[in-house]
Amino acid sequence: MDVRQIDAAQITAAVKKLFMDCNYFIGGDIMAQLEAALAVEEQPVAKSVLRQIIENDKIAAAEEIPLCQDTGMAVLFVEYGDKVCVKNGSFEDAVQQGVREAYTEGYLRKSVVSDPVFDRVNTRDNTPAIIHTKIVPGDAIRITAGGKGFGSENMSAIKMLTPAYGVEGVKQFILDTVRAAGPNPCPPIVVGIGIGGTFERAAQLAKKATFRAVDTHHPDERYAAMEDELLTEINKMGFGPAGLGGKTTALGVNIETSPTHIAGMPVAVNICCHAARHASTEI
Amino acid sequence: MEKRITLPITDQDIQSLRAGDSVLLTGTIITGRDAAHKRLFELIEKGAPLPVDVKGEIIYYVGPAPAKPGYAVGPAGPTSSYRMDKFTPALLSLGMKGMIGKGARSQEVIDAIVKNKAIYFAAIGGAAALIAKSIKKEELLCYEDLGTEAVRRYTVEDFPCIVAIDCEGNNVYQR
Repeated sequence: MDVRQIDAAQITAAVKKLFMDCNYFIGGDIMAQLEAALAVEEQPVAKSVLRQIIENDKIAAAEEIPLCQDTGMAVLFVEYGDKVCVKNGSFEDAVQQGVREAYTEGYLRKSVVSDPVFDRVNTRDNTPAIIHTKIVPGDAIRITAGGKGFGSENMSAIKMLTPAYGVEGVKQFILDTVRAAGPNPCPPIVVGIGIGGTFERAAQLAKKATFRAVDTHHPDERYAAMEDELLTEINKMGFGPAGLGGKTTALGVNIETSPTHIAGMPVAVNICCHAARHASTEI
Repeated sequence: MEKRITLPITDQDIQSLRAGDSVLLTGTIITGRDAAHKRLFELIEKGAPLPVDVKGEIIYYVGPAPAKPGYAVGPAGPTSSYRMDKFTPALLSLGMKGMIGKGARSQEVIDAIVKNKAIYFAAIGGAAALIAKSIKKEELLCYEDLGTEAVRRYTVEDFPCIVAIDCEGNNVYQR
């Protein structure tokens, strides 16, 4: 079997660049949606908030500074080719080092504490990152990474629905979660939804959905239609930009799905703020 | 049109502002978020003196990113205010006049705002790079060990925010 050797330093450099880039440069999909929202909004406050968000994102890109002070907990989705062998170090260490360098050298906020309940001492380099790894055929490593802010993360929810709830039950839970979040998660938001799998798979899919561009759809047209319908319903709620009222509560709704058990229909809703930061690379 | 307010804020200013008003603040404010609030609250419960005098102050719920060389502060947008709800009434009863954050507050906080004739401003969440332009200077006050969560004094010029809850309890988030 042909094995491709990749130096750990190359992985570290790639991860460092991903986290600096995603914190400085908002995605073109988000910027396009913000501009579109500005054209749709009529209330002066909503327009003013959108203008300030757009200006903010332009300042951050031009000056290469974080667009939000909450530069997030580092999350990575990795597709690791089964013919890849890392030399001069381990994959895990190389990724964590890349996160460490991005957050310490890139003027990003260090927001991670070592223990959730008792100590809550800052690790001072934003590690450890959350790494989701999937082994795939091939000799490349593909990484999608993002800094996940917790203002919106805290508004997320998961529910173990059962099959009898049906499609209406799924929609209801999603809309209830977004309504309960209200003005808190820095709207206009991106709503990442994971349906199916097990408890943890649904949550993981929901996170993955927030890392998808908002101008994309689920490949199954039934779910694609649900994405559009939910977006319309959410934007009728009236929370608007910054929760100060308006027509734009969400910029996008992304659904990811997975096969599940005969008894179950887990639904996870991961809410992301308008600073929906993610970037991808292939090594 | 924005209303310009010079800090420290006066009772007259507070009474003149209504939920929904756009405001530009100039003067000094203090910062504090989750961990600092927890420490201050524990001292208040013990009846111990606070390391910072909150009387007459406006507190900004922020944990800034580090400043790049040449910048007075790093990006510094508001964090979600509801996490401070448990601690806010006690600080208001000590004479603190206002808060800057984002998002809804509990009924207890709204009641305390009315009772103490205080005010709650919202800054735009996620507009950290833009907001930082209005922060001209920072000075450490206490809790340096908390890093980004330390209590600092910011000197601000035309800091943009919106009156979210006014001294009569009108609430911009109510819908």
